[in-house]
Amino acid sequence: MTSLLRGDRGGWILFALVILLMVYIPIGNLALSADHPLYVSTYTVTLLGKYLCFALLALSLDLVWGYLGILSLGHGAFFALGGYAMGMYLMRQIGDRGVYGNPELPDFMVFLNWDALPWYWYGFDQFWFAMLMVVLVPGVLAFVFGALAFRSRVTGVYLSIMTQALTYALMLAFFRNEMGFGGNNGLTDFKDILGFDIQADSTRIGLFLASGFALLAGYLACRSIVTSRLGRVAVAVRDGEDRVRFLGYSVTKVKLAIFTFSAVLAGIAGALYVPQVGIINPGEFTPVKSIELVVWVALGGRATLYGAVLGAVTVNYLKTEFTGLMPEAWLFALGALFVLVTLFFPRGLAGFRLPWKSAK
Amino acid sequence: MKYLDSLREFMRPDRVFDVVYRPESAHVDIAQRDILYIEDLTVSFDGFRAINNLNLYIEAGELRCLIGPNGAGKTTLLDILTGKTKPDSGSAWFGRNIDLLRLKEPEIANLGIGRKFQKPTVFENHTVLVNLELAMFGGESVWSTWRGRISGEQNDRIGGVLEQIGLAEQRDVLAGSLSHGQKQWLEIGMLLMQSPILLLVDEPVAGMTHQEMDRTAELLRSLAGEHTVVVVEHDMEFVRSIADRVTVLHQGSVLAEGSMEAVQNNPEVVEVYLGE
Repeated sequence: MTSLLRGDRGGWILFALVILLMVYIPIGNLALSADHPLYVSTYTVTLLGKYLCFALLALSLDLVWGYLGILSLGHGAFFALGGYAMGMYLMRQIGDRGVYGNPELPDFMVFLNWDALPWYWYGFDQFWFAMLMVVLVPGVLAFVFGALAFRSRVTGVYLSIMTQALTYALMLAFFRNEMGFGGNNGLTDFKDILGFDIQADSTRIGLFLASGFALLAGYLACRSIVTSRLGRVAVAVRDGEDRVRFLGYSVTKVKLAIFTFSAVLAGIAGALYVPQVGIINPGEFTPVKSIELVVWVALGGRATLYGAVLGAVTVNYLKTEFTGLMPEAWLFALGALFVLVTLFFPRGLAGFRLPWKSAK
Repeated sequence: MKYLDSLREFMRPDRVFDVVYRPESAHVDIAQRDILYIEDLTVSFDGFRAINNLNLYIEAGELRCLIGPNGAGKTTLLDILTGKTKPDSGSAWFGRNIDLLRLKEPEIANLGIGRKFQKPTVFENHTVLVNLELAMFGGESVWSTWRGRISGEQNDRIGGVLEQIGLAEQRDVLAGSLSHGQKQWLEIGMLLMQSPILLLVDEPVAGMTHQEMDRTAELLRSLAGEHTVVVVEHDMEFVRSIADRVTVLHQGSVLAEGSMEAVQNNPEVVEVYLGE
């Protein structure tokens, strides 16, 4: 682990902060009484857990955009698919505690007068199967999509538009009731996960810790790619694809491997996100979400990894604050922030140096 | 008739059937001294004959310069040899056993024909060292690029090339901040990492200072012998300083060939160049 973080000061700071939070938050929430000044409310725990999931998602985008030069405007799709896989497991856990009390069918299916579970819901009552799908569904989709796009050498803006179309198409599909994923209401009203009550403080802490571990593990995995020769080839692909091909590397395979891995990371982030917010609906597929994700990474600073985490947390914190104070101003604030950062810190927040340190 | 022709083409006795032909496993055969045989090569673009019945033989280990006025077909010839352009007729053999016209660009590159383009294309966001490393491991699979480490032996080889191209001190400098001349050398170094048999160098000294030119001449001269080097160049001064043998191209075919001196005194060449 230390060798992966060699020379990565931002990474060290990130690790220190996340580990610190992972130690303090459980104590602050579970061990301290509600009137203690250091008490952490369950709301805060869930909020932080959500930020960690977004950070992992941003990390996955930074890997393909910052290092490989693929501006994916549809990364939210992989996040949402991972989320849906988790949501399906959680739906099956409800059992007969739903409004209609049907032990087999989720509520929305009863409502639609379906009499049997569709075949693609089979297996989702098993946790291991759902987890497998969390990884496989986004991974296979990214692999097939990537294989078609990269083999035909679709690059740049055209590729971005295609990724955008991908997430838009999925959004339209998931909005349909006949798809069997709950239509525009999505999946919600979850009861428990692995037998633990999903509303309980201790479960919330568990999910928060799992998100923290996932972020750190994802960070190390990304570091292991970008510090290897594969990472150097990726940067070379970003800067001069044809030249890399001329050296004899298979650009298609390099892109495909990293893009697929990134989609899997996004899927895992989605799977951790859903039990914490308690709902997954087709809104997660909207192109706007994917574009917002691009803004996080751009704000934080591309091709640094920790910059993506910084950007995701900063923007989402501001969003939480702003939407609390004056919701209608949030989009203006986001736009202004984006313009300001692009003007004054073209390399993002991570590229910010104190003036007396930048002159080296 | 069309079918008869394609059947004849298919049954040609001097060829193996396409399905059996494995150029990657072939080893270039230079028992006959020459490494490149170009015969009756013709290619035209929209009726303009860029290469017109060109015949050219290059000896293994020599340093050959191709000169000629603009539009003489120098760069087109390199395009054909590296598989970028397909000729209308003629043949181009690498050694006695490899037909270059049947191969695609990466196959030709893997056979050991390296080409340096006019415009240097190094990876500007990587250091000189990493540029050479990437060139060295060209063709590696994704998995081994992820897991692979550089062995001591490979490190020595990179060090050797760094010395050869004179960039040992710039080892850890980003390629983007090198001077124009240094980028050209780095690019030659990247070619060398792929252990080419034949180096095709397109206008290596365009835009270089005199000092840089001298060092480039020295570098190219040092490569000849171990490698076969073909240089396409406009700069007469530079050609004079490096070439064993010079081939003058004009309107797509060979006008004269020989030592620089002999070529310069050739009345036809003088006429084409008007006073050079």
